[in-house]
Amino acid sequence: MAHVTFASVTEGQELPTFQRTTDFMHWNRYAAVNDEFVQLHMDDEAGKKVGQKGAFGMGNLQVAYLHNLLRQWVGDDCWIKKFRCELRGMNFKGDTLTAKGKVLKKYEQGGERLVDLELWTENQTGQKLCPGSATVVLFQ
Amino acid sequence: MTQEKPKTYITPEIKARIGVEVPGQTAAPIDESDIRKWAIAVYWPEQPPRIFWDAEHAKKTRWKGIIAPQEMNVFTWPAERPKQRLSAAGTGQPGTRILNGGSEFEYFAPMRPGDVISSKSKLAEVFEREGRMGLMMFQVTQTDLTNQRGELVKRSKTTLIFY
Repeated sequence: MAHVTFASVTEGQELPTFQRTTDFMHWNRYAAVNDEFVQLHMDDEAGKKVGQKGAFGMGNLQVAYLHNLLRQWVGDDCWIKKFRCELRGMNFKGDTLTAKGKVLKKYEQGGERLVDLELWTENQTGQKLCPGSATVVLFQ
Repeated sequence: MTQEKPKTYITPEIKARIGVEVPGQTAAPIDESDIRKWAIAVYWPEQPPRIFWDAEHAKKTRWKGIIAPQEMNVFTWPAERPKQRLSAAGTGQPGTRILNGGSEFEYFAPMRPGDVISSKSKLAEVFEREGRMGLMMFQVTQTDLTNQRGELVKRSKTTLIFY
């Protein structure tokens, strides 16, 4: 079941947010599935050595959260056609990450109903950590 | 006193790599468990959507079965471990320090349990810019993932910034 239909989408509309307060419980699970064992994501001392306040989360986990944001909006039908992002900031233990999105444009092209979106993650201070954009296909 | 500035980081060796495909890898077949575990990790602590773990539910969707989260990395846990990873600090010398300049993905066919995914990569583009950190070299690597039927699954372009 789709949560949205092409007809219901309006340009400028904001997506329901996807939010997580992250720490080692999230990062260790992501390290396990992504086979990504890096001291900077596992050890506060390693983070401090490179001038950060401690260990920080994986950039690719923020990428996954932005995918989750789109899937949460569209539902099981969700198909992301294009995705782009830049990692600008880090998330530390206990930070609340919020993935947000906004509809830029909806249009039909090549027989597909498409929606362009602006996406980003931000922390609890409103600092944008991972800005990007996506195009999703809506089948309904 | 002025420090001697490098005019370019683009060596003949780097130029020679542009457009040349490098040997890729083939992942082990995707298992339903790989999909379920990935989904649990990226949705933690909430339950992930049923499309990623409930075959009965997934059958009733437009995908007619379980699919993998589109961002799932299938090249994990090789028995032969990669020898070295690029380090962000490089050697500390200008031109060897690395920043992640962002990623761009295009998705084509969905990944399903049983699929065998192969990759092919090449250095697609190299250019330089002056920035606040001095001279910066951008290397764009294009990686294509295909499945066992030769269908394109994903094209990614990742940018590394050397400064």
